[in-house]
Amino acid sequence: MDFQLSQDQKLLAETAASFAQKSSPVSRFRKLRDDPVGWDPAVWRQMGELGWLALPLPEAAGGFGGSFVDVCILLEKLATTLVPEPYLSSVVLAGMTLGHAGTAEQHERWLAPMLEGRSTIALAWAERDARYDPTRVATRAERTGDAWRLSGEKCWVLDGHHASQFVVSAVTDDGLALFVVDRSALGTTVTPTRTIDGRRAAFVRLDGATVADDARLGAPGTAGRLLDRVLDGAAVAACAEGLGICQTVLDMTVGYLKTREQFGVKIGTFQVLQHRAVDMFVQVELARSLTTLAAVKVGGDDDDERRKAVSAAKIQLSSGGSYVVRQAIQLHGGIGVTDEHDVGLYFKRLVALNALFGDEEDHVARFAARPGFSTTVC
Amino acid sequence: MDLSFTPEQEAFRADVRRFIADSMPPSIRAKAEDDAHFEHEEVMEWHRVLYRKGWVAPHWPKEHGGPGLDATERFILQDELEVAGAPMLSPFGLSMVGPLLMQFGTPAQQQRFLPKILSGDEAWCQGYSEPNAGSDLASLRCSAVDDGQGHFVVNGQKTWTTYAQYADWIFCLVRTDASVKKQAGISFVLIDMKSPGVEVKPMLTLGHTTAFCDTFFENVRVPKENLVGPLNGGWTLAKALLGHERTLIAAVGSSRRALLRVKRIAAKTMAHGRPLLDDPAWRARIARMEVALLGLQWTNYRALAGAALGHAPGPESSILKIRGAEILQQIYELAMEVMGQSSLTWYDDAGLVDPLERHVGPSFCYYRATTIYGGSNEIQRNVIAKWILGLPER
Ligand SMILES: Cc1cc2nc3c(=O)[nH]c(=O)nc-3n(C[C@H](O)[C@H](O)[C@H](O)COP(=O)(O)OP(=O)(O)OC[C@H]3O[C@@H](n4cnc5c(N)ncnc54)[C@H](O)[C@@H]3O)c2cc1C
Repeated sequence: MDFQLSQDQKLLAETAASFAQKSSPVSRFRKLRDDPVGWDPAVWRQMGELGWLALPLPEAAGGFGGSFVDVCILLEKLATTLVPEPYLSSVVLAGMTLGHAGTAEQHERWLAPMLEGRSTIALAWAERDARYDPTRVATRAERTGDAWRLSGEKCWVLDGHHASQFVVSAVTDDGLALFVVDRSALGTTVTPTRTIDGRRAAFVRLDGATVADDARLGAPGTAGRLLDRVLDGAAVAACAEGLGICQTVLDMTVGYLKTREQFGVKIGTFQVLQHRAVDMFVQVELARSLTTLAAVKVGGDDDDERRKAVSAAKIQLSSGGSYVVRQAIQLHGGIGVTDEHDVGLYFKRLVALNALFGDEEDHVARFAARPGFSTTVC
Repeated sequence: MDLSFTPEQEAFRADVRRFIADSMPPSIRAKAEDDAHFEHEEVMEWHRVLYRKGWVAPHWPKEHGGPGLDATERFILQDELEVAGAPMLSPFGLSMVGPLLMQFGTPAQQQRFLPKILSGDEAWCQGYSEPNAGSDLASLRCSAVDDGQGHFVVNGQKTWTTYAQYADWIFCLVRTDASVKKQAGISFVLIDMKSPGVEVKPMLTLGHTTAFCDTFFENVRVPKENLVGPLNGGWTLAKALLGHERTLIAAVGSSRRALLRVKRIAAKTMAHGRPLLDDPAWRARIARMEVALLGLQWTNYRALAGAALGHAPGPESSILKIRGAEILQQIYELAMEVMGQSSLTWYDDAGLVDPLERHVGPSFCYYRATTIYGGSNEIQRNVIAKWILGLPER
């Protein structure tokens, strides 16, 4: 077994870490929280130039054909300073969907500009009553000659407030299908909303929004399986980001225990706090193990292996990650519950990651529903 | 043994409910329904409603304008107010400095301050914590020096001062003797917030409310008649406060209300084509939460029954703060999970989610503080280990 990073991966990790520290310290995210866009198009272009946006996409789609391990390395490092650019939404969600389902022409038209950092795309799959099931879709797409008319409402479209296009799932007579809808398309209403983590999403209403047939991605009926895979990719990306967050707040907290004094001693001398820090550390290491496993399995062909590993990592993120960020606040005392201190920003981002791409209960149910669950172990 | 409330107590509960239903202003009711954060003015509006009814200070003796309710009635009143989501009254005047003035203040101080605490004409805040004196309160440094002309001159900084920006007065622990053991050189003084040299800087909490402040004192002159209790006797007052009524500290009513909200949200939240509340796994989780709350509630009742018999607070009352704080946090954690992606909601200006869910996120964030303020849960556990279990110290 080999858990080592390749030379290229080490370089990626270093570049990303130094980018986060030097070009995008937490103070940058703090400022951008109050900005209506919330991220910086110039930085997005820079990410395009660095090749980060094309990293996981198939070469046929203009990408570098990198592995999901690469994406996880990148996102873990960017998370250490809460870099707000819409990588997860535009690359991992919408980009991967387009990359896998689109034709060469569609790649050229929508994906290429995004990979260069000149646009962003958002994936509009969620609906009010769908919870985490991408196949439970009420939005309809009706064929009208050479075009499609879309009607319905999409919720929690991550970074949808500023996306150039939406990839929208809708039910056709032949099953679930995906369509690319321009944000300016007639009959499309985008309502931006702030999210708990200081980022943004949109609710997108489609009232007979019309798109040409060449905006359909893949054959109707194939979207369910693709979305399942894409959302698993996003879940792993969330785990990687969560890992970066947990490691950062662990370091922050251990640092605080070593400097803060009460009762004439460093509070890190109190055994109960030492044990708390140790338990946080344990959870970080468990997250690292399961996120690595999921990052490798999510790119493989075995659906069952993939689901098992992804769900395990996401469950760990929720249970262990929540423990880590909650204790980080607790051990900081009063200052931990101020908006002024960074620990709360990490806390809130982890809360959001837990709520995305299947929550703990959802992944537990999925893990237990696997075909071999009753008769095999691990 | 009879584990029920008496018919008189049940009748009192019905009275309280009716009163709340009849007299809660619609604007406050609407916010309560949404679990929104109450602004100071709204808290004071509700204060005046309770004042007119005579219920604003249930634990005050009749001679000072209290209603003469017994411990169980006070619990019932508080419980119903919490269940109704009524604004939590500021505790600083009513529950902290008020009772201390009754115990330690001069008649002149009592006459000067108590009526206005009761009526709500003067709002108070608590100046204990400092940047370097949190859990270790006795190491506080904010100093008060006798100028020999009838005043103390106060210099220093207090922090986490809740609602200092609205307060007319602050009660402070200050250092009046730096040459003795740290607990022995502390005094308890009352400072007019309008005094020259007092500066208040509000801070945002995790829930994006401006609940607490940094409060700075620069050469603030405080008349010596505002000293409460003996000079250098402030630590006794601080400790006395801890000995006051603890049977209301568990916030069982607030937790009951919050858990009911969880159930209401779960009944409306769909997953796999049915309400989450009908999903066995989710029902089990909510049930476990309710059982935890039931344990707290009945421990609280035991403490209450003890108090009614005039017993000193027993071991059961020591766990109310710890468990109460943890359970309120856990219920909000559960609410967030039940909401799924809607837990991303942050103030929801566009009205995209159900109003039931709109303020869960900010409350969830803010309630991280319940295990920190008023003596952190770690400190509470230290106290129990030492004073209840009698465990040896190092
Ligand atoms: C929302 C809020 C409102 C507040 N309002 C007020 C107010 O109005 N007035 C006021 O005076 N104060 C107020 N406080 C301050 C509050 O009382 C302090 O935050 C609290 O006493 C903890 O002190 P600290 O923040 O300095 O943390 P610290 O004491 O530095 O504690 C940091 C961590 O170390 C732990 N720790 C410390 N000592 C020990 C020990 N001996 N053993 C084990 N663990 C230990 C703590 O539990 C905590 O986890 C408020 C706090 C909050 C969060």
